[in-house]
Amino acid sequence: MTESQFKAARDLPSNHLLGSGTAMCAGCGGLGAVREVYDVLGENTIFINAAGCMTLLSVYPFTPFRGSWLYTAMASAPAGAQGVRDALDIRLAQGTLTKDEDLQVVVLTGDGSAGGMGLSATSAAIDRQLDFIYLCYDNEGYGNTGQQTSAATPHGARTATDPQAGGLPGRKKDLFAIWTANRPAYAATALAAEPLDLARKIETARDLTGPRLILTLAPCPTGWGFEPARSVEIGRLAVRTGIFPLKEYIDGRVVHNRIPHPRLPVEDYLKTQQRFAHLFEPRRDEKRIGEIQAAVDAYWQEVEENNA
Amino acid sequence: MTRTLLTGNAAAAWGARLARIDYLPAFPITPQTEIIETVSRWIADDEMRCRMVMLESEHSMLTAAGAAASTGVRTFTATSSQGLLYGMEMLYTIAGWRVPLVLINVSRGLSAPITLEPDHNDILAARDSGCLQFHCATCQEVVDAILIAYRVAEQPQVRLPVIVNLDGFSLSFTREPVSLPDDETAARFLPAFRHDAGEFRGGRPASKAVAVIGGGAYSYFRYETHLAAMAAIDAYGEATRDFEQLFGRRYPSIECYRNDDAEISFVMIGSFATKAKEAVDRLRDAGHKVGLVRPFMLRPLPEADLRAALDGKAGIAVIDQNLAPGRGGILHGEVTSVLYGLKTRPAALLSYIGGLGGRDIGVEEFFQIAADVRAAIASGATPAPRLLYTQSELTDMRKMQAVAHVEAAGEELAS
Ligand SMILES: Cc1ncc(C[n+]2csc(CCOP(=O)(O)OP(=O)(O)O)c2C)c(N)n1
Ligand code: SF4
Ligand SMILES: [Mg+2]
Repeated sequence: MTESQFKAARDLPSNHLLGSGTAMCAGCGGLGAVREVYDVLGENTIFINAAGCMTLLSVYPFTPFRGSWLYTAMASAPAGAQGVRDALDIRLAQGTLTKDEDLQVVVLTGDGSAGGMGLSATSAAIDRQLDFIYLCYDNEGYGNTGQQTSAATPHGARTATDPQAGGLPGRKKDLFAIWTANRPAYAATALAAEPLDLARKIETARDLTGPRLILTLAPCPTGWGFEPARSVEIGRLAVRTGIFPLKEYIDGRVVHNRIPHPRLPVEDYLKTQQRFAHLFEPRRDEKRIGEIQAAVDAYWQEVEENNA
Repeated sequence: MTRTLLTGNAAAAWGARLARIDYLPAFPITPQTEIIETVSRWIADDEMRCRMVMLESEHSMLTAAGAAASTGVRTFTATSSQGLLYGMEMLYTIAGWRVPLVLINVSRGLSAPITLEPDHNDILAARDSGCLQFHCATCQEVVDAILIAYRVAEQPQVRLPVIVNLDGFSLSFTREPVSLPDDETAARFLPAFRHDAGEFRGGRPASKAVAVIGGGAYSYFRYETHLAAMAAIDAYGEATRDFEQLFGRRYPSIECYRNDDAEISFVMIGSFATKAKEAVDRLRDAGHKVGLVRPFMLRPLPEADLRAALDGKAGIAVIDQNLAPGRGGILHGEVTSVLYGLKTRPAALLSYIGGLGGRDIGVEEFFQIAADVRAAIASGATPAPRLLYTQSELTDMRKMQAVAHVEAAGEELAS
């Protein structure tokens, strides 16, 4: 593989392609990721959007994009990507489009669509080896509709539909594992709070063909309950507590890019957010905090065993 | 030009081939599968240059179709029944995208109960989607309708998807003689895909289907879609005039059969209307002035042509091959609204439901309908809507119910 153009923070793109003044909340971790992805991919990108918060990026007559945009529906953005990709290929073969008129096709989707009603379209796009990037911003709930529980909501989080003490009894769906089980060209986790890592991964994805996943954790001040200014700090804590592993799947193998050492206790992360406040107030919920810690410990133990 | 025997499904595949489609996103459903299988064979045998891709659902299939048409390729697809409804969200969506493409619907009754046989509740559920609708009665019409549909859809003032409907079984699997246009004449009628400035391509940014805030913008775009659909009336007139010149076959928006001097008109759509034609001949033989009015184009609704066909008649019977529970026949409502306010509108306008789930409509039933209309004209009283259903069908049904009950009782005993 060729060497990355992003070696240090000063190499990060400063082109700032995405316009400002969008309807996204201040401190939106999802928007942060989209900004950087766009800067690395460039203007000849078409975003195929599934219903979610980001749908409100383009509101008539404004768009923050210098390239193209197609809003589809909640369930079928990958099929929209299929149609555009196929049509571009047909036209390139016909000679009615030149090589520099080609587009990088990127699905822009939330976790709710990705792990729920859009999963069938996503899985089928991988089956067909569709040449596209799938950018999922994971705010761990149906954010646009008021942060109800989605397939990506983590254990113990309170949401608009799991307001009971203890929060969500279930567990977060592992979208990364679903993708890698189907052998895509590439898959990576990343987040805006670690920009260098994110830039390198988008760069890698950009230069490959086939189905490519960029799964970003998207700290969401509105849905998670924290001050917008803490968005980056919370993103970093997700990595340093080991709750959000930074990893890559390439050439058929999963590689962890950063093994947090020492790993901070999960409560350092949980305490920063209103959705987990019930784990600490009025009484510490040792059982749930312990469950969350145990799941994280088990994950990293397995990683270490595999590495050994 | 070649004359050959084709099923309705093969005719649909030929229509796509003669239209030189670039792209076919597909998903199988009975009775549509023969269409996509035929095209895939032609592609494999190098007889057709087209990219075909199997999607995992009709919802995705329609999304891919709309997205590809937005990127500037001639797109064709096909479905039926449950599939059309599964994709319903995207029918409205792609009409809003203002993309030209042709979708075949092979009509089949809707679940529940699940059936394979035809009626029109599927296609009529898409009535208000913004997609235009052509309703075929013969295999010849299927081939021709597809060529005409692309001509209309690709007009800049229209740019809407067109659904070409053919009935499952009675047309899809029925062989009829079809005159196939040759490639050159077909290409003269339907030139290469007409590109649009808003298509996706690098270096020319475009945003499609962006959100709007407020009813003002929303109403504007929705009404624009309506105006585009209405513009299809003239575009259709122009396309069918050219078609007649090149191929000698006429496609008025409303087909009228022995209707000029008719006192009573039947109104029907689709292939079952050929049964009505036969009945009209028999009624004429018996001395009754009866005719048939068959809308070929249902969206946009050619109101002026429909009025011209029905105004001044003594009585009308609308025979709906669909059922809107809690309302009755869907076409009946459409015809009524078109006639309202005309000074010489028919005194009697009767409603019948028939042909549900492929149930046949017999000649004697058309005789009965004509007699009902005459009685209504004479008495000035319109009878309630009627379901075409015979005593012997009811007897058979009762027998099946008896069997079903016996089984249910048997299960209870066993448990
Ligand atoms: C078919 C359908 N059902 C429901 C909705 C309502 N809806 C719009 S956005 C959304 C939430 C999407 O969640 P996610 O994919 O996580 O994106 P986020 O809103 O969090 O950005 C829902 C439920 C819809 N647009 N379409
Ligand atoms: S709700 Fe969350 S994900 Fe949505 S725009 Fe606001 S911060 Fe971003
Ligand atoms: Mg979400």
